[in-house]
Amino acid sequence: MIAPGAKAGIAGWLEERLGLSAIREFASHKTVPVHSATVWYYFGGITLFLFIIQVLTGMLLLLYYRPTPAEAYESVQFIVTRVEFGWLVRSVHSWSANLMILAAFIHMFSVVFLHAYRKPRELAWLSGLALLGLAMAFGFSGYLLPWNKVSYFATKVGTDMAASVPVIGEALARFLRGGDEVGGATLTRFFGFHVAVLPGITTMLLVVHLALVQKAGMSTPPWLAADKIRSMKFFPNFFLRELMAWYAALGVLGSLAALFPWDLGEKADPFASAPAGIRPEWYFLAPFYTLKLVPAHVWKFEGELVGLLGFALLAVFWVLLPFWGVTKEGMVRTRWVTGAGVALLSYLVTFSLMGYFK
Amino acid sequence: MRTIVLAILACASALAADTCVECHSVLEGPLQKPAALFPKQDVHARHNFTCVDCHGGDPTQTDPDASMNKAKGFKRGLNRTSIPALCAKCHSDANLMHKFAPQQRVDQYAQYQTSVHGKLLAKGDDTVATCVDCHSVHDIREVKDGNSPVHPLRLPETCARCHSDAELMTKHKIKSDQFAEYRTSVHWEALAKRGDLSAPSCASCHGNHGATPPAVSSVAAVCGTCHVLYENLYNKSPHQPVFSSMGAGGCTVCHGAHAIQHPGPSMLAGENAVCAQCHDAASNGGAEAIKMAVAIDKLSAELERAGGLLEKARSAGMEVSEAQMKHGEGKEALLKARVAVHAFRAAPVENAANAGMAIAAETLKAGEQALKERDSRRVGLALSLITILITLAGLWMAIRVKDSQGEAAGPARR
Repeated sequence: MIAPGAKAGIAGWLEERLGLSAIREFASHKTVPVHSATVWYYFGGITLFLFIIQVLTGMLLLLYYRPTPAEAYESVQFIVTRVEFGWLVRSVHSWSANLMILAAFIHMFSVVFLHAYRKPRELAWLSGLALLGLAMAFGFSGYLLPWNKVSYFATKVGTDMAASVPVIGEALARFLRGGDEVGGATLTRFFGFHVAVLPGITTMLLVVHLALVQKAGMSTPPWLAADKIRSMKFFPNFFLRELMAWYAALGVLGSLAALFPWDLGEKADPFASAPAGIRPEWYFLAPFYTLKLVPAHVWKFEGELVGLLGFALLAVFWVLLPFWGVTKEGMVRTRWVTGAGVALLSYLVTFSLMGYFK
Repeated sequence: MRTIVLAILACASALAADTCVECHSVLEGPLQKPAALFPKQDVHARHNFTCVDCHGGDPTQTDPDASMNKAKGFKRGLNRTSIPALCAKCHSDANLMHKFAPQQRVDQYAQYQTSVHGKLLAKGDDTVATCVDCHSVHDIREVKDGNSPVHPLRLPETCARCHSDAELMTKHKIKSDQFAEYRTSVHWEALAKRGDLSAPSCASCHGNHGATPPAVSSVAAVCGTCHVLYENLYNKSPHQPVFSSMGAGGCTVCHGAHAIQHPGPSMLAGENAVCAQCHDAASNGGAEAIKMAVAIDKLSAELERAGGLLEKARSAGMEVSEAQMKHGEGKEALLKARVAVHAFRAAPVENAANAGMAIAAETLKAGEQALKERDSRRVGLALSLITILITLAGLWMAIRVKDSQGEAAGPARR
């Protein structure tokens, strides 16, 4: 039991050095709008929560994981069969990675449909999209790490696609693989990306994204009259609600991890032929299936190249949404943006399902 | 009349070197067939052989009398008895064959002459198979070609064209049910149903060009070309001298010749046991057979039980791949026990089965532990979910308290 005097002394000592009262002051004045779409505000926080889970479980996995073709599969097998609660840590890591990307997608589309990208939040939109890209890069690099048959061949397909990019394709594929083929160098490289490069960039960008969100405050849909919007205090009212969402997410995550432990599959054999029905993780399924549908040649160009060019244009169009989605006068092109959002969402859902079932 | 006129016109207009094909292609019926088949489907045409290489004549002449002139070596309608020697003209010439198929053997004719077919043909019996009966004529394909009548998947039917002909076979005093029997066998199942090209068909046991029924004394050696371990054990077993003295053909005594079925412990003990045909259950031999059957049955059942549990655990998401690999070793032990039966003594079978039983027990334990672990995970999940629900309820109550205490904040920013 700390005496009240000592407690005040410690608080004063910290205040002198950290200036925590400024943060307390900021938190006490921060508010969150209350309206019919307030529920979508929770998904940014849920994504953050799942990222934290990723970091924590990833650190635990690092204690045993060995990034070499000879040991990677066996070390993961050791984690899930011999290490106390290793199965849970690995399963939670895999499930939370997928749930995090799902939550990030929901967060992105909620921003689009609530038009929260508009001035002055363009940089928050851009940093958010970059974070989504990083999350997918985490997924792509982490998928290979157990060194199982499916992940090995999916990485082969993925890096082959990178090789189709004009001019820099070959160099890009070589950079990713660390050689001409997916092998030990690729595994070491992907491990480095997954546990050092990507976390470093993501953490910095995450800080920027959160700072931008705090700076601009929570956006409200443009169709709501400002004077009719109620609000609640961020702390403790919204914070407690967010905490509930995190607990609910933890319950879902734990249930999935315990009832459907993430499969380890068979160890990769680079000399074996590719198994039938090889496909990437679900969040890459839509572009993967689209590229499969594109004919080998479109006019004078290679079909895959045309497909990749199409995706690049789509990405640019999407990234620039805050700029073409708002008129010079600052009015939101609601119909255009909502239409584009619905079209993209429909495309992603339909093609992902087709890619999964076909 | 119309055909003859057309043929003359075709020959007259043919500027190509091979007038055989030009003229015969406008004929009808059997005379047209070679011209329709040979250029497109025959492997010889692909290597630039032409009609004259077998039939003689002069393909540069447009006049039929000049092109099919006996003075130019033309042979009208080849005699069946002359066919093997005619084919051998090239196929026994190592220098020539080396140009087209360097790895192909050149002793087919020599082998044929040792075969039942070849010996009968030499005696003037032209109802026996010659080269064209198996390989076809004018549309001869490489053996590896799926449409070739001697492709491994089609060979049994090709042999059966003659050997299932009861009338023809009666003439030669042999049975005609071999193909019907073969179609019930494990070998046919492997070949036709699983598409295993290495599965035995007629030629695997009888030879192809030198086709002859294996002698009784060499049956084990013939089966042993694939089933090496079984042959070794059989040759050292007490059955070998007994079967030999009986004039019985080794493996076929228990397994039959063409209708070879899936072997199993029921062959050793029980009502339909093959052992029981000679050994009374109360005799030493009968008792040994029963011991072997019991050991194999027991191991098989234990492995099945362990495999079922491991599969159940695997489908529940448990990582049991190491135990499943170990289970594979148990199956190998079962296989060894089954092979050891051919020593016709219980001890080797029981030794192999005991090794398998130890593995079955180990994997069974692994399966049980995995399922136990699955159950404990579910209990842990339930407890965690209860804790989370209680926390959520607490948070909800805290929110209600805070909401009732708090006042509305300022207007929201856009």
